[in-house]
Amino acid sequence: MDRKSPKLYWQLFCSTFMLSAFTFGGGYVIVPLMRKKFVDGLHWLEEEEMLDITAIAQSAPGVIAVNASILVGYRIAGVLGALVTVIGTVLPPLIIISVISLFYTAFRENRVVGAVLKGMQAGVAAVIVDVVLSMGDNILKGRSPAAIATMLLSFVAVAFFGVNVSLIIVICGVCGALHAFWRSRKSKGESAA
Amino acid sequence: MILAQLFWSFFQIGLFSIGGGYAALPMIQAQVIDHHGWLTMAEFTDVLTISQMTPGPIAINAATFVGTRIAGLPGAVIATMGCVTPSFIIVLALAYMYVKYKEMRVIKGALGALRPAVVALIASAGISIVALAVWGESISLAGTDLVAALILVAGLVVLRVWKPSPILVMLAAGVIGGGIYLVRG
Repeated sequence: MDRKSPKLYWQLFCSTFMLSAFTFGGGYVIVPLMRKKFVDGLHWLEEEEMLDITAIAQSAPGVIAVNASILVGYRIAGVLGALVTVIGTVLPPLIIISVISLFYTAFRENRVVGAVLKGMQAGVAAVIVDVVLSMGDNILKGRSPAAIATMLLSFVAVAFFGVNVSLIIVICGVCGALHAFWRSRKSKGESAA
Repeated sequence: MILAQLFWSFFQIGLFSIGGGYAALPMIQAQVIDHHGWLTMAEFTDVLTISQMTPGPIAINAATFVGTRIAGLPGAVIATMGCVTPSFIIVLALAYMYVKYKEMRVIKGALGALRPAVVALIASAGISIVALAVWGESISLAGTDLVAALILVAGLVVLRVWKPSPILVMLAAGVIGGGIYLVRG
């Protein structure tokens, strides 16, 4: 098959559009679905490639579903392919939320809807607390003093001192990268000696 | 001008939300609510509710919602573009490095150090959401919404013990809470 035919781009667009339109909950859910489509279904990617794609998508900033689709598009049809898959992935939420936000104000002012949304607010709060407890528990289970200290210090900095969120991300990321770099240099030095 | 602001705000949200899913919450709160005042905390919680019930990631949904309200359809498109542009650049750069070096020890190190910080940031954003649900816009003992507090605790217990889909818990909270609010007038 000609790898750069218009039909290929169209197929890429349709695949990512459908995946994005029917993946509820976002995030990690889309990756196994992509594997099914592009590895098992279309045979455009190898199993191994999909694992690499998952690793990179999780390491890069931004939305995991978007990152994964950029990589899938790039591997299959280069930068233009990546552009096509990104558009395919963001269009469904763009369309759905645009339509919802048009009706939102009228919808919100309805007495019944208002009451239901108020109840849901408490439900969302419970979901977020649940997520935070699970994530925090994972960090504590790791038993790394550095990780636990990072978590507590970051929390105090943001919640009590209003430190800028991006600043904390940058500082932690740079410290972690330097530490890993230093450790790999050290282990290389030891093996040479 | 407003389009440039939208693009730049969501560019930062895309750039600094690392770890997927809820990692975008603290960044969206910082940019959209605290810095620009484009949404109130209550509207943001509505966006979260909508995000749970529709396909699509929170960051993209927030970009579309905020963009539409501030500058119509062009706003939605520009904000969404802002949100995915950092991904586009960084993911392709990482893919290139990955193919070349087949090793990402430094990046893995950075991510390892980020994970606990991201948990803390989400926790901090979560407190604002809890406070809004239970106390509304200003916190006081008299202003405590007991119905919301009870639903929150019950929802949390259900989630921890039976681990159902979050959507079910939210729908139940909406039906039960909404019913009580309507009956009490």
